[in-house]
Amino acid sequence: MKVTMTVNGKSMSGEAEGRTLLSSFLREELGLTGTHVGCDTSQCGACTVHVDGRQVKACTMFAAEAEGTDVTTIEGMANADGSLNTIQQAFQDYHGLQCGFCTPGMVMAASSLLEQNPKPSETEIREHLHGNICRCTGYHNIVKAIMAASGQDVPAVAAE
Amino acid sequence: MPKDGIGASTKRREDVRFLTGTGRYTDDINLGKQLYVHFLRADVAHARINGIDTSAAEGMPGVVRIFTAKDFEGVGGLPCGWQVTDKHGQPMQEPKHPIIAEGKIRHVGEIVAAVVAETLDQARDAAEAIMPDLEELPAVVDMKEAVREGATKVHDDLTSNLCYDWGFVEENKAAVDEAFEKAAHVTTLELVNNRLVANPMEPRVAVGDYAAHSDESTLYTTSQNPHVIRLLMGAFVLGIPEHKLRVVAPDVGGGFGTKIFHYAEEAFCTFAAKQLRRPVKWTSTRSEAFISDAHGRDHVSKIQIALDADNNFTALRTDTYANMGAYLSTFAPSVPTWLHGVLMAGNYRTPLIYVNVKAVFTNTVPVDAYRGAGRPEATYQLERCIDKCARELGVDPAELRRQNFITPDQFPYATPVAVEYDTGNYHATLDKALELADVAGFEARAEESKRTGKLRGLGIANYIEACGIAPSNLVGQLGARAGLYESATVRVNATGGVVVMTGSHSHGQGHETTFPQVIADMIGIDASQVEIVHGDTANTPMGMGTYGSRSLAVGGSAMFRAAEKVINKAKKIAAHLMEASEGDIELKDGQFTVAGTDKSVAWGDVTLAAYVPHNYPLDQIEPGLEETAFYDPANFTYPSGTYICEVEVDEGTGQVEVLSFTAADDFGNVVNPMIVEGQVHGGVAQGIGQALLENCAYDADGQLLSATYMDYAMPRAADLPMITVDHSCQTPCTHNPLGVKGCGEAGAIGAPPALVNAVLDALNRNGHAVDHIDMPLSPARVWSAMNA
Repeated sequence: MKVTMTVNGKSMSGEAEGRTLLSSFLREELGLTGTHVGCDTSQCGACTVHVDGRQVKACTMFAAEAEGTDVTTIEGMANADGSLNTIQQAFQDYHGLQCGFCTPGMVMAASSLLEQNPKPSETEIREHLHGNICRCTGYHNIVKAIMAASGQDVPAVAAE
Repeated sequence: MPKDGIGASTKRREDVRFLTGTGRYTDDINLGKQLYVHFLRADVAHARINGIDTSAAEGMPGVVRIFTAKDFEGVGGLPCGWQVTDKHGQPMQEPKHPIIAEGKIRHVGEIVAAVVAETLDQARDAAEAIMPDLEELPAVVDMKEAVREGATKVHDDLTSNLCYDWGFVEENKAAVDEAFEKAAHVTTLELVNNRLVANPMEPRVAVGDYAAHSDESTLYTTSQNPHVIRLLMGAFVLGIPEHKLRVVAPDVGGGFGTKIFHYAEEAFCTFAAKQLRRPVKWTSTRSEAFISDAHGRDHVSKIQIALDADNNFTALRTDTYANMGAYLSTFAPSVPTWLHGVLMAGNYRTPLIYVNVKAVFTNTVPVDAYRGAGRPEATYQLERCIDKCARELGVDPAELRRQNFITPDQFPYATPVAVEYDTGNYHATLDKALELADVAGFEARAEESKRTGKLRGLGIANYIEACGIAPSNLVGQLGARAGLYESATVRVNATGGVVVMTGSHSHGQGHETTFPQVIADMIGIDASQVEIVHGDTANTPMGMGTYGSRSLAVGGSAMFRAAEKVINKAKKIAAHLMEASEGDIELKDGQFTVAGTDKSVAWGDVTLAAYVPHNYPLDQIEPGLEETAFYDPANFTYPSGTYICEVEVDEGTGQVEVLSFTAADDFGNVVNPMIVEGQVHGGVAQGIGQALLENCAYDADGQLLSATYMDYAMPRAADLPMITVDHSCQTPCTHNPLGVKGCGEAGAIGAPPALVNAVLDALNRNGHAVDHIDMPLSPARVWSAMNA
């Protein structure tokens, strides 16, 4: 079947079977390979995107369920001029990523958190990230990056 | 000096692509006319294969071809890269490791058949229609059962399930035993180093391609060492000469050891692509990863320390059973031996040491190196046993350690287990950790915890590790079938920019940022002028890759040597341009100057002259500015440190909460502190994961019980504390040009004993006399120990 949705502000269509997951559709049909797949039990959160403004693991939806929705992926997160947005920039400034594989999901989850809770505490950040696994950073610098992105005072990690 | 040279916490340039979704991981690669493979994997641990009926599957939509073992007749097995010799001087038992199971299934997850189809879903559908005729056999899972007389054999053609019985140093055994007889005190501890799954977040992927016009095969793969894969797969498995085989490991989403090894799926995709004349792609699911990625750890050990009446360690002996799984993964035999036995001295002066290791085949997934590889197993035994010893003797565990430390004036220090530590200062990291963790204030905090009904404990562990693997002539004597040098080509372009082609491979370590910092420092140009190329055998010199915390110590040293050659040649050119003597030329801040004069010429003018040699000493030197170096280290490097963990235990439930974690490491010189600290955070997180959460569990039939993230407890954000990291205690490595030691594995080595020691401290100081609890310290295990 043909499935159409708005992705990062553009109307996009592609072919999907009934069983095609939104995560596969984004990667294979639309070529948006920034959305990663790190597990097959909806546990790791690497495929986190926004659907109609809500944080969703793209592997928990069929592509067909996303028909007519407004989807944002990591490819749609940078500023209009291509520069890193506040959250992305904080992840770089605070070394909140290493191998980069979980990173798209982390950025999407962080963005969703800050929309709901503009000044989260460390505990609130850690709890919000419960569905996103990172194997590289120990979350230490991800938590710092999100606190910094929310405008809270966090001592610098990277040099200027 | 450049602002982004050695010592600067330069932001990582690779982050931009990862943060915008423009990274290029192997699964992002899709080739024209690509086919997909789905592997039918064994769902039983041990069975005879009487036949495989593929007829129904063959006619299904989209199926191109179904492969079974008979298609691989004449193809080699997966080679093992290290041959260990047992205590009688005999080589280990080394069974064939086939691409697809031959005649027998030996572990859950082993490949039984492979379906190649037009789409992945078609391949999966067809695999369900394949009917293997299996005669199930009793599985061998427990190591001690496996080596009993009459046990079922994993490999019918071997004499037993014992791969090797290794003694080290065998000649010391009698003296060690004698020291135990004379000891004033002996502490004995039996423990399990739990089996783990490395779990990089990117599952493994392989894409095979074949170009008929040039007879060249290309493999895109999630590897930490593409040249090693090219050599092993080309020479030993598929018989493809290296000049007709290219291996590319693009962005790789974490490795932690498990992406070192050469896997069946890589050989399959390369082989099938050539057979079918179309690209063949495999993407592992996480469930497949659990039953096909090499696992880590899985040792069962008994350790004993002997002390004299003054609490000096006089001897140490250990007995370890090490699980190899069903087959020997690429470096599996070296992990419990040369990466474990030789580290048993730890940070201490113990004069007599004997290590026995029995490596055992079982019907489980192969076990190989995982972050730390052997060194965590050594450190855990030693640091747990010393803690138990201190409790038995009623002495301060920090002071018992300090008393037995190798002292700073004893370096270089030759241990009784055959290695020579070049530098270190264990007193310094201990003092630093005690200070940062505010150990002086612990008693007051423990009282406060009591008031809230919690048991607070503090645990200390020291570690030493051998990194920068390794001197090739030494490891050759020890059974390595590879050299362990590293390579780099430094290419200077006409306009002065530099490209470094390195055999090291970055899969999260940030080489694209740190390696340019070194070059920037050497030449005095901005690091943004330096580009790193890695991960493709077609455009990098033959290198051994990244593992064992070796990239900067070995790969960085190769780059340093190549850059030195470039600079020496550039000085010759500069001398010609300035009509000066070569010996008077100095390079600083990107300017060549003649000592004692005001003459200078810029780096860019010299590089341009090298490629536009109009005014050039062509009779003396060649044009161009490009040099290659192969660096073979003179010794291992020996990072060390002290870790302190503070926990609270809920007496009612056994739940452990990590309140704080302090790491004081000596990594020698540090190029990018931000990245080094990030490496420690990640290592400590994996160590806390091992100690508190993670466990790879098999049942008695060889079924993996923890095969998804629903069952295998990965550390999540709320499970971990902020981690205090310090690397100010620096004793630079004496034998590599950068003075660096390596930082990638330290956290995973030092964290487990520190955490377990903290929990036992919490229990014992609150009236629960518990000697030991095996990892992971789940609430059930801790509660049961308190209520035994």
